[in-house]
Amino acid sequence: MSVNISDLAVGTEIGSRSIEVTRADLVKYAGASGDFNPIHWNDRFAREVELPGVIAHGMFTMGAAVQLVTDWIGDPAAVVSYGTRFTKPVPVADLDGGPGAVVEVAGVVGALDAEAGTARIDLTVTLDGQKVLVKAQATVRLA
Amino acid sequence: MTINPELQGRSYRLGEAYSVGRESIRDFARAVKATHAAHFDVAAAQALGHADLVAPPTYAIIVAQRADALLINDADSGIDFSRVVHAEQRFTHHRAIVAGDELVAELHVDGVRGMGGGAMITTRAEISTVDGDAVATTVSAILVRGEGQ
Repeated sequence: MSVNISDLAVGTEIGSRSIEVTRADLVKYAGASGDFNPIHWNDRFAREVELPGVIAHGMFTMGAAVQLVTDWIGDPAAVVSYGTRFTKPVPVADLDGGPGAVVEVAGVVGALDAEAGTARIDLTVTLDGQKVLVKAQATVRLA
Repeated sequence: MTINPELQGRSYRLGEAYSVGRESIRDFARAVKATHAAHFDVAAAQALGHADLVAPPTYAIIVAQRADALLINDADSGIDFSRVVHAEQRFTHHRAIVAGDELVAELHVDGVRGMGGGAMITTRAEISTVDGDAVATTVSAILVRGEGQ
């Protein structure tokens, strides 16, 4: 599967998805990434440093959000750059049998560079209707 | 403890190579809920022209945060890790990271800005192979929160 630049225009939607997040997901991310900051798994510790409770790693949210782009473009290596600002924490409640947070991701073509053969995908990433990532943009190399 | 303003311009070398293994790529991919076959199946990755399993777009953070730790753990930096919040992150890939890579990094402290009782610190990790080929440039801004921030 490949995406051709001539099929795209600024404003073209690439899709959307919901990411369900549990405490177990944060433990898994901590292990896979090596980021063991206790604010991501210890409620007591998180409150001691004046957070509302355990929050997701910003990098978990950033990493999960870009999968929409990877799946759309068809090759993870096509993502040549990716950046974001983290503006709001994603608190993850400790619930039995359900997600502690649900993050919504939607992507749209923000810019096209025919000469470079790249497209900038702008991601909207929200929790309960509020943006948690701001200026989340991925540049992809097109066929 | 306050942030040492003289951190700006410093650099640290992560000289011990990080060996990118297939299971590490698979674990990281699962952890960010990535399902693309190129992260899991060598034949699928090779069909796309890659030498081996391809890392997800944010995988370089593993190496970048190991490099950041050199600064954070520097007794002289004044940074309290428990008060660190990630403010901004950017990845520029010079080429894809694949299983079998041996990665090292040079960390540069590009900016230190006081904010209330805390500070915003911008670091840049130049990630390369042990042979010196550029792989990725990552830029992180971390906010070290002051008391009550």
